[in-house]
Amino acid sequence: MKFLAEINVMPLKALLDPQGKAVLQSMHNIGYKTVGDVRIGKHITIELEADAKEVAEAIIADACKKMLSNQIMESFEFTIKQVK
Amino acid sequence: MKFGVVIFPGSNCDHDMIYVLKDIMKQDVTELWHKDTSLKNVDAVIFPGGFSFGDYLRSGAIARFSPIMEKVIAFAEKGGLVFGVCNGFQILCETHLLPGALLANTNQKFICKNTYIKASNSNSAITKLIKKDTALKIPIAHGEGRYFADSETLKTMRLNEQILFRYCDENGNIGCDANPNGSIENIAGICNAKKNVFGMMPHPERASDTELSNTDGKIIFESILANFN
Repeated sequence: MKFLAEINVMPLKALLDPQGKAVLQSMHNIGYKTVGDVRIGKHITIELEADAKEVAEAIIADACKKMLSNQIMESFEFTIKQVK
Repeated sequence: MKFGVVIFPGSNCDHDMIYVLKDIMKQDVTELWHKDTSLKNVDAVIFPGGFSFGDYLRSGAIARFSPIMEKVIAFAEKGGLVFGVCNGFQILCETHLLPGALLANTNQKFICKNTYIKASNSNSAITKLIKKDTALKIPIAHGEGRYFADSETLKTMRLNEQILFRYCDENGNIGCDANPNGSIENIAGICNAKKNVFGMMPHPERASDTELSNTDGKIIFESILANFN
């Protein structure tokens, strides 16, 4: 079966995200006064073959911990759906 | 002493490092390609600066999985001396041979300028000869050099004397004004608990040749040699 994983990797909430801060400042400058916080991370999509959704989830979770994120500075979350 | 300099696609300070080790320090140097699976009997492994794999994903994140890294990890676990500069430091953090991580500079800019750093102690192979309270002028050139480790890790590092260099001003004062990138506690260089793996963001190899009018970085290489002999 073929699956599509959609992964979000975000800077940890406790850490300063200078990219998000710069965008927030600029949004305020151009009139988006109600914007309170901006944080910028990465969106990763991965297609993979697996016998079951649970297997695909285990592979993606492992890859997120091992390579796709650095848990000292980032958190991750993902969704997985079967695709044709 | 025989040094191995590890080269990845995107390394760009490898030849500066080789030049300093070979021509200035008069040591044997072997180039190690990231796909090599032997360290060729070197006494120390050096990770130079650059942009390994284009800094894709995170700085050092892809280099960390190059074939040579298994050998480097085994070498480090046996007590072998491993030293990373700039991107080399980032790779060693990603490999978890060093604690912490390097984040984007607070000002979101690539910073290329001279900085001053001060050794916190002389109890390590790379700080052995550095006199207390000496401010060394050594350049930085990085976009992701903001050192970070959680408070528990920092506490352990302080107790073990693993924080080796802090950014300071030219008089040796450590303060916010002297911190170029937002590094926690002004940290510019560290080592592991066993004190055989080292990493620093400033480039000592760019400050080791009299032709460049600055040889403040040379004492770091001299320390490594003094420690080995």
